[in-house]
Amino acid sequence: MPTATYLEAIRQGLWEEMERDPNVFVIGEDVGVYGGAFKVTEGFYERFGEKRVVDTPISEAAIVGAAIGASYMGLRPVAEMQFADFITCAFEELVNFAAKSRYRWGAPVPIVVRAPSGGGVHGGPFHSQNPEMWFVHTPGLKVVTPSSAYDAKGLIKSAIRDNDPVLFLEHKALYRRIKEEIPEGEYTVPIGKARVAREGRDLSIVTYGAMVWTALEAAEQLAAEGISAEVLDLRTLAPLDREAVSASVKKTSRALLLHEDTRTGGLAGELAASISETVFEYLDAPIVRVTAPDTPVPYSTPLEEAFLPSMQKVLDKARWLAKY
Amino acid sequence: MSATQAIPTGQREEAALAHKCLYYMSLMREMEDRIERKLYRQGKVLGGVYVGRGQEAISTGVALVAQPDDVLFPSHRDMAAFLIRGFSPGRIFAQYMGRMDGATRGRDGNMHMGDLNHKIVPIVSALAATVPVAAGAAMALKYKGSRNVAICWFGEGSTSLGHWHEGINLASVQKAPVLWICNNNQYAYSTPLRQQMACANVADKGPGYGLPAEIVDGNDVLAVHEAARRALEFVRSANGPYLIECKTFRMTGHSAHDNAHYVPPELFEEWSKRDPIKRLEARMAAEGWAEPEEIESLHAAILKEVDEALAFAEASPLPDPATLTDGVYESQ
Repeated sequence: MPTATYLEAIRQGLWEEMERDPNVFVIGEDVGVYGGAFKVTEGFYERFGEKRVVDTPISEAAIVGAAIGASYMGLRPVAEMQFADFITCAFEELVNFAAKSRYRWGAPVPIVVRAPSGGGVHGGPFHSQNPEMWFVHTPGLKVVTPSSAYDAKGLIKSAIRDNDPVLFLEHKALYRRIKEEIPEGEYTVPIGKARVAREGRDLSIVTYGAMVWTALEAAEQLAAEGISAEVLDLRTLAPLDREAVSASVKKTSRALLLHEDTRTGGLAGELAASISETVFEYLDAPIVRVTAPDTPVPYSTPLEEAFLPSMQKVLDKARWLAKY
Repeated sequence: MSATQAIPTGQREEAALAHKCLYYMSLMREMEDRIERKLYRQGKVLGGVYVGRGQEAISTGVALVAQPDDVLFPSHRDMAAFLIRGFSPGRIFAQYMGRMDGATRGRDGNMHMGDLNHKIVPIVSALAATVPVAAGAAMALKYKGSRNVAICWFGEGSTSLGHWHEGINLASVQKAPVLWICNNNQYAYSTPLRQQMACANVADKGPGYGLPAEIVDGNDVLAVHEAARRALEFVRSANGPYLIECKTFRMTGHSAHDNAHYVPPELFEEWSKRDPIKRLEARMAAEGWAEPEEIESLHAAILKEVDEALAFAEASPLPDPATLTDGVYESQ
């Protein structure tokens, strides 16, 4: 099987969907001639032309708003936020226009908003944020957070074919770091389904995005210490695969919730409540969280390293949990 | 009908248009009077009530020029656009009353209504958010090689929001086929024009975006219609967007609960003399386009139509709470 980076996998998925459906088009800042800030759409302009690869003014509200309007006319826009941080400028369009459209007047908004999120690239407070929970908390939006190249390709294709607005968060630290074999030809990955990234018996690490890799590294180390950790990759945050979370915790009886996003109001809180509501009797230990602290994402290396959940922090919590 | 036969050949088209305009403006006025002065006070309409009293010429004049497949983005003071597009008065009353036969089946209220089958997209409360959406719809029409266009209404208050500028700019850069209509009614809630913007006219903002713009008397429905006709020809011929600023006045508070004490009474007096319905009736009489009895019977017919529509809406069921969580997503 051919190999592809996480970035290349997204590129392939997007490319294949544009080849498949003439209603799919790309809109965003510097996505055309330049090929996108991260080069996800490199070569698209040459292949599909300016009609289907639309370079816009610096105008996130207009990009998302225009995508919504185009979707009402039967097109399937894929909008790019240059960095997920800039999505704040498009908040009104996503949260009030797109998310509520189907519910209030029955009009679907089949748009995808791609957004490179996450830290670990020395981007500082405005190029490193994890904005997922603003949108997980917005009924009507779907939020997808692939961690692997395989899933990134399969999920971008599903997102484009989905009839609801999808926020597709690409972890920018993974773009060129992850390289995998992915099958040639057509496949999709369903939105709303978690996957067991590593089987285990003693505890469950529930996570998503780049933290899946941190969890897998930790699980490897824990295995050497005789602790069998299961890693559950959520893949989609809204709708959340609560059944998969409950099933894993039911099996292991211990839950470690891990995310790069900040702590208060982060997904771990919702996961903990969900576990408590569904499989409380199976728990042998308190539910624990490993998250970023409640601060902006700092720039300088020692600060950013202290901010991001590390393998060491996961190991410490996992050992404590296993012994409890 | 007798008067119509007496109309000189060259004026028959204009006379017929005047009759149509009078019907839609008067129907809108009567419906909004019932909503604001009856249903709201009777507690049958809950929440906000926003009417376009005094501004009926704008939605009427513009929507009558639109082709059936042009996509409309009316504001909350543009009810005639819905009526012209075939929204029944009963459906609109049911919408205000939160009934199942309303356009949003009780999910949203008042003028927050739309229907893609009628090619109408509803507003959200931050009204300027519609502007980029209309730009995108217009870009899509161009993308598909359609000759249809988007028509988007907003008030002068909307032009202060960033979304307005972003949408207007994007449409201009893209040469998207969209006609922008500004209902400049001089007040945004209690804020007068002078505290909303430092230039004299909304049209003055056009040149900054390479956007051709003109000002029209928004209380003269035939003038609005003619301006929109020319503008739509321009937009439809792939020349890009166009802005018409309609000067008018909000003959009411921002909403039903607002008595507009902050508006100097003399302004209401002055503008009531320019009432678009009375003006059109006077013009029709002066031109010999209608006998007084014809106008009387038109109003009588509207009263009957509105009574029937209200009865329909009052009989429409309220939504079932068991459906509360339906339709957030396609598969839910």
